[in-house]
Amino acid sequence: MLNTLLSGDRPRSLVLTALLLGVLISLAFAPFLFPGVRSLETAATICIFILLVASYDLLLGYTGIVSFAHTMFFGLGAYGVALASTHVGRGWGALALGTLAGALAAAVLALVIGLFSLRVRAIFFAMITLAVASAVAVLVSQLYQLTGGEDGLTYRIPRELTPAFRLGEVFGVRITGKILNYYLIFFCCLALFLLLLRVVNSPFGRVLQAVRENDFRAEAIGYRVVYYRITATCLSAAVAALAGSLYAIWLRYVGPDTTLSFEIMLDILLMVVIGGMGTMYGAVLGAVIFVLAQNYLQNLMGVAADAATGLPLLPELLDPNRWLLWLGVLFILSVYYFPAGIVGRLRAGR
Amino acid sequence: MSVAPDHTPRMERLRPAERLGQAAPYLLVPVLVLLGWLAIGSPSSWLTLTVSGLAMGMMIFVMASGLTLVFGLMDVINFGHGAFISLGAFLGISVLLALPGWTAADSLALNLTAVLLAIAVAMVLTGLVGWGFERVIVRPVYGAHLKQILVTVGGLIVIEQLIHVIWGPDEIFLTRPEALKGAVTFAGAALEKYRILAVGFGLVIFVAMRLVLRRTKIGLIVRAGVQNGEMVETLGYRLRLVFIGVFIAGSALAGLGGVMWALYQEVITAGMGERMMILVFIVVIIGGLGSVEGAFIGALLVGLLQNYVAFLEPKLALVSNIGLMTAILMWRPQGMMPVVKAK
Repeated sequence: MLNTLLSGDRPRSLVLTALLLGVLISLAFAPFLFPGVRSLETAATICIFILLVASYDLLLGYTGIVSFAHTMFFGLGAYGVALASTHVGRGWGALALGTLAGALAAAVLALVIGLFSLRVRAIFFAMITLAVASAVAVLVSQLYQLTGGEDGLTYRIPRELTPAFRLGEVFGVRITGKILNYYLIFFCCLALFLLLLRVVNSPFGRVLQAVRENDFRAEAIGYRVVYYRITATCLSAAVAALAGSLYAIWLRYVGPDTTLSFEIMLDILLMVVIGGMGTMYGAVLGAVIFVLAQNYLQNLMGVAADAATGLPLLPELLDPNRWLLWLGVLFILSVYYFPAGIVGRLRAGR
Repeated sequence: MSVAPDHTPRMERLRPAERLGQAAPYLLVPVLVLLGWLAIGSPSSWLTLTVSGLAMGMMIFVMASGLTLVFGLMDVINFGHGAFISLGAFLGISVLLALPGWTAADSLALNLTAVLLAIAVAMVLTGLVGWGFERVIVRPVYGAHLKQILVTVGGLIVIEQLIHVIWGPDEIFLTRPEALKGAVTFAGAALEKYRILAVGFGLVIFVAMRLVLRRTKIGLIVRAGVQNGEMVETLGYRLRLVFIGVFIAGSALAGLGGVMWALYQEVITAGMGERMMILVFIVVIIGGLGSVEGAFIGALLVGLLQNYVAFLEPKLALVSNIGLMTAILMWRPQGMMPVVKAK
């Protein structure tokens, strides 16, 4: 049963198993274990980013393609829900319509980009996705009649998913629509994550890994490398769009900063690399560590910067706004010395 | 003993269609200029837009040339190239801001000296940073594209953030030196002096680069290295050293492009290089990775199209470049002038 659920891809390390179980239990009972608005917010963000990073890992870790357009697909899903909720009106139908339309649009766009760039050289893909993603981001902020521009869109979702909806108390925690909303996101993310795990452990996933290791040889054995790369791209784009839709349902707001910015793209890259490229479990650990660090470590940097006042240069280096500097350094170091990430280290040290 | 038969090799002349295929990229620029004239109608605005498009194209070419050569020579794709653009701009503008007496004086000689000094400082320092970047960031990941992309993106972030640390988080506004302000009127069209200067300067750089690549021994080695690096190494040339030289020169050119772009926009931010990189990537892709001439034509096309479309339909400016890239990749999937690799 468990083996089927995990598609035969067990964690293969005692520590890793314990960590994953800890994450699963914490997220599954988050509203009861960590009551409070902020911690629920963090838990939902972690769920969504686990899914987003896992879908990116399908591309980067398993297929060996670098894409800079993952936030674009994420944003497509989010804007799909937002636009459907604004124009169709509040309701479950609007959510479903927006989600499906977003995922479909993402898959089609990924197909077009893939046909243009992957046909010739995989390296074109990184550059072309960067260009297309930035063009889309600019377009979204310019078409403000439709997308709300830089301000973004706020909209209403079904009442059952909002804090105004009350159901009673369990274990001293008041069950509101917000908690139902959290569980909707949690179970959707869990299901899609298991689906991705299924994909990478299928024969299709094996071919992707063969393409990553040696595309020339994979082609020689008789697999059309282009088709496999494009399929992986479309799949990963569609799952990213679904994650975006969930994020939009959770936040009840979309804007360029929360869904489309290049900074989120860097965050995703970092989560994949820190967790471990080429393992779905790496996405879980990477996202958890990163989101927690982002939410709580920045405060610590502020404290350190205050403590260092008066010293030369150090306060500027430790300023919470220079958070990205340290991320960048960490990123380079982990690519060099830590290419298999946390999961790879744990599995090797078994 | 019989005499060897006469052997007179003869070069087959190219058929007209093949000649046209070779010349087609060069023809695209005049065709685009003509189309722009037809679409815009008013000759004076067309002239203004063409000059600013050419100026923009020249600046993008200066930034893109280093990137495309580095890729052609060593198969290294440097996503951190944009950091050198920002760095060059900040260094150059700091020099200009430190010399208010020279830039504000109403004397062409003093103004130009200040600008040239700024350019020299920016190029030397970005070249040095490029050298360090090559040693620390790029060298350990030769031959692995995936890691190259990841690591150079990391380098881009670090340099950008260090610019924030050194120069502060805010954008810096500047004014051009006195002699470069204002415009001249020609045939009813107002042409900004600085743009004309930028076109001239860009042309000089392109011609100089072509001369170095075509007429000098080092240029010969670079071109041969792009075509078949292994063979060049077999002949005893240390391609690694040549590559480091090209990397440093490419970084310095990016710094130069940054200074030119800063004087064009009259504002600098740490993120400017990252934004320029999008156009630079489009240019090197449509030009054909590794080809300097291709990058030159690609840059002119991008600059002109951007200006024409921004005039006709402002919202489509960036999208039009994606459209251009799509069209060219449909026509030639390897870019307009693909570098033929002898492998």
